[in-house]
Amino acid sequence: METTEKIPQKTTTSSSGGLNLKATELRLGLPGSESPERDEHGGGGVKKGSGGAKRGFCFSSDGGSEMGIGKDGALFSPPPREREQASVIKEKKLIHNQNHISSASAVKEQVVGWPPIRSFRKNSMATTQKNDDIDASEAKCSNCLYVKVSMDGAPFLRKVDLKNFATYKDLSSALNSMFTCFTISQCGTHGVSGRDKLSESKLMDLLYGSEYVLTYEDKDGDWMLVGDVPWEMFTNSCKRLRIMKSSEAIGLAPRAMEKCKSRN
Amino acid sequence: MAGAYPWLEEIRLKRMVVSDESLEIIAKSFKNFKVLVLSSCEGFTTEGLAAIAANCRNLRELDLRESEVEDLSGRWLSDFPDSYTSLESLNISCLGNEVNLLALERLVSRCPNLKTLRLNRAVPLDRLPNLLRGAPQLAELGTGAYTSEMRPDVFSNLAEAFAGCKQLKTLSGFWDALPSYLPAVYPICSQLTSLNLSYATVQSPDLIKLVSLCEKLQKLWVLDYIEDDGLEILAASCKDLRELRVFPSDPFGLEPNVALTEQGLVSVSEGCPKLQSVLYFCRQMSNAALNTIARNRPNMTRFRLCIIEPRSPDYLTLQPLDDGFGAIVEHCKDLRRLSLSGLLTDRVFEYIGTYGKKLEMLSVAFAGDSDLGLHHVLSGCDNLRKLEIRDCPFGDKALLANAAKLETMRSLWMSSCSVSFGACKVLGQKMPRLNVEVMDESGPPDSRPESSPVEKLYVYRTVAGPRLDMPGFVWTMDDDSALRIS
Repeated sequence: METTEKIPQKTTTSSSGGLNLKATELRLGLPGSESPERDEHGGGGVKKGSGGAKRGFCFSSDGGSEMGIGKDGALFSPPPREREQASVIKEKKLIHNQNHISSASAVKEQVVGWPPIRSFRKNSMATTQKNDDIDASEAKCSNCLYVKVSMDGAPFLRKVDLKNFATYKDLSSALNSMFTCFTISQCGTHGVSGRDKLSESKLMDLLYGSEYVLTYEDKDGDWMLVGDVPWEMFTNSCKRLRIMKSSEAIGLAPRAMEKCKSRN
Repeated sequence: MAGAYPWLEEIRLKRMVVSDESLEIIAKSFKNFKVLVLSSCEGFTTEGLAAIAANCRNLRELDLRESEVEDLSGRWLSDFPDSYTSLESLNISCLGNEVNLLALERLVSRCPNLKTLRLNRAVPLDRLPNLLRGAPQLAELGTGAYTSEMRPDVFSNLAEAFAGCKQLKTLSGFWDALPSYLPAVYPICSQLTSLNLSYATVQSPDLIKLVSLCEKLQKLWVLDYIEDDGLEILAASCKDLRELRVFPSDPFGLEPNVALTEQGLVSVSEGCPKLQSVLYFCRQMSNAALNTIARNRPNMTRFRLCIIEPRSPDYLTLQPLDDGFGAIVEHCKDLRRLSLSGLLTDRVFEYIGTYGKKLEMLSVAFAGDSDLGLHHVLSGCDNLRKLEIRDCPFGDKALLANAAKLETMRSLWMSSCSVSFGACKVLGQKMPRLNVEVMDESGPPDSRPESSPVEKLYVYRTVAGPRLDMPGFVWTMDDDSALRIS
């Protein structure tokens, strides 16, 4: 509601003396400003006004910080259609409450301006909800670590919560039940050190023995073979999983081979 | 004003339209200007703020609480000159866009007397430690968005920075709060007296952990996620609590989304002997609970209860809540402010008129049966200053019978009641020292029969006479017995 556009410009008498007082005249958005005795600034002649932040029903408002009716102008200027609705709402509720039954109707008609929550708060919460919806798809809340899992050729993706697993083996069996069989690195949870590295032949066996390879996209956007690093490090850097056709994974194997060789 | 008071130091405005030109004039006219508080104002942009920043050498306080600012750019903050060091209080929590963070950091660290800093949502959490380290003397902090990718180094940096703020007593902000970052404030919980978590959409267990560490807490604002369990812990942990506000997380939902009932409030009333100010949104209430609360807390001075569904009865007995609120006004003899909700008859107003002798402000919605209700209040409450009523069957009789009372009050607001246009005219004619303003979107009230009810009525005393600057849908009832239309 843009009351500021509707305001008829009424200047009180003032000697402008070169200053553009009209431009600085405090204009009324809507009635309901503080009464004159609260005026600390001697505005005797100039009528002060309230802004678009409508004073109205201050049920939950402090001398000002928590306002009843806010910017949505709910109580102040519902368009005629809304007003009719409001009175209809009232009637319906009257009928309901004559039977002392609080309405639990399937469709709750909103009473204009009730409950008395000020618009600053309403807007804040609305933004939070919007962000939640956005975040849901990348949900990284503290209690869960959902990542998307895609499988080449599958008609749709799945999501897993990495926090549900403690080892690569756990992850592997879970994905197994979600998708058809595939292969992951056999390096185990210790990753870098140790001697249990993939031998060239073993890797080839795994890769060519099964149709798929499990890979993941890390923080830097690179596609990595799952299993090289300690589990914690993996969960911290994994953004999404991809069960890749092994024929496409040929490019990965040489790197893995080099890593293994350098460790040996 | 600029001409008349060149030494003006402080301007505090609420719900006003303020233009950039006004801010420019303020910035340039008052050499010793110190305090600018714009509460719920609008009409200005960050350009106006730039003028203030650039020119007010002695500015101590800039507080834009809940104003609507057209946020053109975060650059304005850089307009504080490097030589400017007198800032003591800054509240930019209402701004939508990011301010120049580097400029903010520099400003904060060069102002040794900065005691209050309320950031806006756009200030990222990982920049907070630097800001805190620049102002270890801070007493009041409003965080920006309290969320970030969970990283141990960010967390420990934050916790360390908080621990360094030995004077910090008030915390607010916490938008989008991530539970795993809440423990970063644990180091200072024991010194907190005021905590505003009412934007933190965090569940009860995390709220409980935090709140139970705040043994000195006097003021808590929180969402109903805290639930009855959380309030019970609050009651056990925070024995110095004076003010509690519980806001609804889902006010327009059909069904309750949290386990918060009247029981939570009862627990706090039992456990917190200093509790005197309450704002509580909930979905059910009983006379028994209100009775208990009243007897527990005769020291209550502000009691505002919003039962979300209008006209909800006592959920146990299905009776009106007259007796419960009656108990409140009877036992809480120093009650100054009261907001009612739920199913209420004229009886509750009889109680209020009889016992509410110190009552100064009363808010009423969807209550009462007849004019008798309004009459009880106007004739009984000796100290009544502000009365606001919506959707109640109060009409002409009570209003006109108590016209003189209105001159002893600051204001009366009535909307969607049964006051007729004719009665408003009579009131305006009878009482020259009152401004009787009628608001009606559907056109001039005299285009309808005199008996038709007005949409909104606002009555207040005046020595200056009717105002001349009203929008087109406001009319003053005048002793000219004609409408004065601006």
